[in-house]
Amino acid sequence: MSAIVGFLSSAIRLSTTFLFGSMGETITEKSGHLNLGTPGVMCVGAAGGCLGATLYVTAAGGAVNPFLAVLIPALFALFFAALMGALYSFLTVSLRANQNVTGLMITTFGVGLGKFVKGALGSDADVAIGQICKYFRTLFPFADKLGWFGQLFFSYGILVYLAIALAIVTSVVFRRTRIGLHLRAVGENPATADAAGISVTAYRYVATIIGSAVSGLGGLFYIFDYVGAWDSGLTATEALGWLAVALVIFTLWRPNLGILGSILFGALYILPNYLNVGFAQRDLIQCVPYLVTIVVLVITSMRKKRENQPPASMGLNYFREER
Amino acid sequence: MDKTVALELKNVTKTFGRVVANKDVNLTLNRGEILAILGENGSGKTTLMNMIAGIYYPDEGAIFVDGEEAVIRSPKDAYDYKIGMVHQHFKLVDVFTAGENIALGLRDGKKFRMKEINARVTEIAEKYGFHVDVKKKIYEMSVSEKQTVEIVKVLYRGAEILILDEPTAVLTPQETDKLFAVLRRMRDDGKSILIITHKLHEVLALSDRVSVLRKGEYAGTVNTAETNESELTEMMVGKKIALNINRSTPQNVCDRLAVEHVNCVNREGVKVLDDVSFTARAGEILGVAGIAGSGQRELLEAIAGLQKLSGGAITYFDPQNGERVNLCDKTPTQIRDLGVRLSFVPEDRLGMGLVGNMDIVDNMMLRSYRKGKWGMLDRKNPKGLADDIIRKLEVVTPGVHTPVRRLSGGNVQKVLVGREIALTPTVLMAAYPVRGLDINSSYTIYNLLNKQKESGVAVIFVGEDLDVLLELCDRILVIGGGTVTGIVDGRTATKEEVGLLMTKFRRTEETQETAGEENHDS
Amino acid sequence: MIRNEKAKRDPLFHISKRETLPFWKSAGIRAIAIVAALLLSGILSAIFIGVDPFTFIGKLFEGVFGTERRIWTTLRNLSVLLLIALALAPAFKMKFWNIGAEGQVLIGGLACAVCMYFLGGKAPDAVVYLCMAVSGILAAALWAVVPAIFKAFWGTNETLFTLMMNYVAMQAVSFFTSLIVKDGSGTMKNATHLHGVQFPQIGNAYLLTILVAVVLTVGMWIYLRYSKHGYELSVVGESENTARYIGINVKKVIIRTMALSGAICGVAGVLLVGAINGTVTTSTAGGQGFTAIIVAWLGKFNPVFMILTSFLLVFLEKGTSQLDLMNNAFASMITGIVFFFIIGCEFFVVYRLKFRRPVRKESASDASVGGNAETPPSTETESGTPTEEKSEAESATEGAADGTASPYRRVCDKLAQGAGTVAKACAKGFGALRGTCSKGMKRLKSLFGKKNPEEQRTEEKDAEEEK
Repeated sequence: MSAIVGFLSSAIRLSTTFLFGSMGETITEKSGHLNLGTPGVMCVGAAGGCLGATLYVTAAGGAVNPFLAVLIPALFALFFAALMGALYSFLTVSLRANQNVTGLMITTFGVGLGKFVKGALGSDADVAIGQICKYFRTLFPFADKLGWFGQLFFSYGILVYLAIALAIVTSVVFRRTRIGLHLRAVGENPATADAAGISVTAYRYVATIIGSAVSGLGGLFYIFDYVGAWDSGLTATEALGWLAVALVIFTLWRPNLGILGSILFGALYILPNYLNVGFAQRDLIQCVPYLVTIVVLVITSMRKKRENQPPASMGLNYFREER
Repeated sequence: MDKTVALELKNVTKTFGRVVANKDVNLTLNRGEILAILGENGSGKTTLMNMIAGIYYPDEGAIFVDGEEAVIRSPKDAYDYKIGMVHQHFKLVDVFTAGENIALGLRDGKKFRMKEINARVTEIAEKYGFHVDVKKKIYEMSVSEKQTVEIVKVLYRGAEILILDEPTAVLTPQETDKLFAVLRRMRDDGKSILIITHKLHEVLALSDRVSVLRKGEYAGTVNTAETNESELTEMMVGKKIALNINRSTPQNVCDRLAVEHVNCVNREGVKVLDDVSFTARAGEILGVAGIAGSGQRELLEAIAGLQKLSGGAITYFDPQNGERVNLCDKTPTQIRDLGVRLSFVPEDRLGMGLVGNMDIVDNMMLRSYRKGKWGMLDRKNPKGLADDIIRKLEVVTPGVHTPVRRLSGGNVQKVLVGREIALTPTVLMAAYPVRGLDINSSYTIYNLLNKQKESGVAVIFVGEDLDVLLELCDRILVIGGGTVTGIVDGRTATKEEVGLLMTKFRRTEETQETAGEENHDS
Repeated sequence: MIRNEKAKRDPLFHISKRETLPFWKSAGIRAIAIVAALLLSGILSAIFIGVDPFTFIGKLFEGVFGTERRIWTTLRNLSVLLLIALALAPAFKMKFWNIGAEGQVLIGGLACAVCMYFLGGKAPDAVVYLCMAVSGILAAALWAVVPAIFKAFWGTNETLFTLMMNYVAMQAVSFFTSLIVKDGSGTMKNATHLHGVQFPQIGNAYLLTILVAVVLTVGMWIYLRYSKHGYELSVVGESENTARYIGINVKKVIIRTMALSGAICGVAGVLLVGAINGTVTTSTAGGQGFTAIIVAWLGKFNPVFMILTSFLLVFLEKGTSQLDLMNNAFASMITGIVFFFIIGCEFFVVYRLKFRRPVRKESASDASVGGNAETPPSTETESGTPTEEKSEAESATEGAADGTASPYRRVCDKLAQGAGTVAKACAKGFGALRGTCSKGMKRLKSLFGKKNPEEQRTEEKDAEEEK
């Protein structure tokens, strides 16, 4: 029992990385941008958080305020990740560059930038992360007293709850608000949206920037909460980033489904640790998220249900004069 | 009915490059009236309406709304003046519901509640006698339903002046009648309606007044009650112009292609061809007349092997040995391998007949590239052909290596027709080959088709201009709603006769329509 | 009143597609972008690692051409990257976004390694080599054909499909490695596990790969330009409707082209495993499958141009790795910056900016071009003419540029003046900037305490220079 609870609660914790990453990517893709730079953006988010944490911890000396210790790295992560989104939008919207190529460049650049920032900060960053990661990890001190119930529902840090809340909000915004309607229209049929007086450019820029910022939180969470230390080389963060992209497809561009999907992905990711299996089987299990994503992709394309298709203009730049 | 002027155009001129689309056009639209804008294809109706709707901006002249000069630079500006336009090509998001499409881009300052929007939409629709299922997705809708959504969208935005661009082109006669009833109700409600059409009977049935455009110029306005078809026709075409297309008497006529009981269902499951039968003869031009979208495209594509048939037979008679060759369910490659020299000038020139980004030589190669040896291409012969066509058909181009998308419409068409004729076909099909072409280019094309006919080719010509059809073709097949409504002799038939056949509707469609409606109500 | 308001809302400039640009001009724009990017990188390197721009660029060259061995490795790396890019070119030309090259290379390499494992030492060398090559190429081709089949028959989104396949391939490599290597180290050693199999060298360790790349480059150039297949795939890429119209079997072309694409990726994988690394790991492809996308894209899918773009990439990667301080991090940043510039500059090659002209009549015609109408193409005479209109508008611009007093000219002059001032300010401010930057960095570092010795050295150098 306790093993299962432990497994589930770890899965839920890890799922937050996927949830932030895929939610950000969903927001971006809804506007018609296929940002393959998400893994890079997540790395930049992690590095931004790292910079914020180091600056704050150094400045604060011994007296670290728990609230600021979480807020400042988070703001840094949001800001840096948003900058990457802005760069992506500038290249694809304003300069009309190919989205796939730009996205992949963002990933290369983002991973490099992430490593570079950490390298420049040196071991101070490790100290800072070590010092403040505990503030990321707990929110409800009473969780321990509630047994398995507390462990399953109240044992997480603020970012976990924030991710779930954001996913619900995003999902409501998509379906119930004017902004959501306009955003979906921009991603489905930019020419029609344009004719209806919606600024395709503004929506694409803003959606991509917000989406990137949200994805950046995924990187921040992974380093500061899940691992609690700098992940050397950011390889895991990048790999998780690609899984987040996969998750978008797996959940059919729905952030509310994303909550469950990310828990499933998280469970699959950590499952080998809980099963006493060899390295080979571990690889097979880790392969599953990609395989199920492919299966979902294939099935939706075969069933041709219009609601489950990717946003129709995804990957295509909109240029009004080209008609 | 009060006679306050809602909209006035004064000396509006618009040019595109050297082409004058509208010249000194004057127009008045009163409150609570339906004004029909009548004109042939290419007379500048759409451009004029686009200027009112804010899509183009006039080069000269002014537009007055309610007596005040209006500057309309975008569709949004137009809405601010309570002007809304329903375009020929709908601007709807497929995966959205009708209600969502109507709400799109709306900034009325109210809180966004789909429920309220849907209720209001239903209310507007009921007021004018529409049927709109606000929760139905656009991709599940028929063309006429989509049009309804577009009209309600415009009304929802509070438009007092409605512009409808060829709304009946895509509708069945029953749907047209229903639309007209709705438009009359709107007029009685005080709205002003501008409707573009080139169908005279519709003008007479619906409008209060008619303004006629002729080759971009304003030809005058008459009250519908005081006019008749012949007067309007005269205004539209001006003085009778003989087209002077040389039509020779067919020689050595023999059957070349027989189409028997052909049925075809499109991807959406709608029957687009229904029991179509006819014969195309060598040495003859067979015209195909009909309202746009009546199945002409599918018919030609079926013959060319691009459209799957759900029944019927297409047989080709080999001119050498008179053998019958079955063309049913064959791919274009198989048809060619059977030795059938079939040429096809499709309606969509740059999207199907040619590749816009390739140069003229590579476009010539589309038909002949398989002739190369060793899996390699032979560019020499296509280059020769390209030079030939440029010289013989006087194609205006910087060179053979210019991408065809940069040529003007007429030159693109010459390249395409030239290539198809170079195949020395036995059957030549051409869909709207003169659409968008100037007079000279059009005549070049007519002459080419006539020469083909004289050399014993069976020519099938799909056209929209009845005058041309009547002067060019030996026989005219009239198609309406996917069925053959008649085959007439091009020399003896009258325009009225053909026009009547074009709008003749069948029983099957009627039943389908009512069935659809029942669904709708439930 | 309203009119004034509307006039203000006119955009400052108007973007339109260029007619063709002479080759030297487009090459010039790209060259400027590269130089600008290198300068920016140089400035960044001055700020962060204390190497001034000219030394920086010098070091790049040194890293690439410094020794004979470096030249050879550069050429070999270029060859591998070029091979993968060559594989992508036909697929991209067909508008099939194969971003699965990484996985295709890996699977090719894996199949090759499996042959080495099972056959090495047991079969004659020639047989082993043949099996390695054939199995690697076949495996990669099959890997690529899977998404192609789904695309051809059901329209499955190939970008996402091939992307996912990359990670499946990675897991497959790691799975087989774990099966073979029981100690959990996750690396197959060439000597112990793969029986020391390696393709025979031609001349030296590099030449085989380079020769294969040369042959395939020429082959691909001919294939795309002079073969029926190449012609068919470009027709499919340009317009599927046209392809159907002339009787091309679109499905067949998609599958065939992807098989070819995968096969060439397989060649790269086989070479990486059988001739270069001697073993396979999840990082055998090392992200080159993604980099190659950029190479192919920037090379416009023309094998000859692709030689240049892959050289540029390898140059940056190799060059920066020589002066790198932290895990290639700076290198990938610089690569990123250079490519952002190049991607960005394509805009100026394809489009031209027309600045706002104040005369109302002209700007009115501009607005009409910018109108969001969808005039149904070729339904009426006027719609055939927009190209003419544009060219006229352009000649008007040029005409305006000739007139000395024209506002357009004034804008140009202002720009030129501004550029001059900026350049002067830059020259003057550069020294100051570097001083400030290094001072700032020093302060930042003293704030964080420790310094690594290399940084300290550069700082000292800076301090000297400041004096």
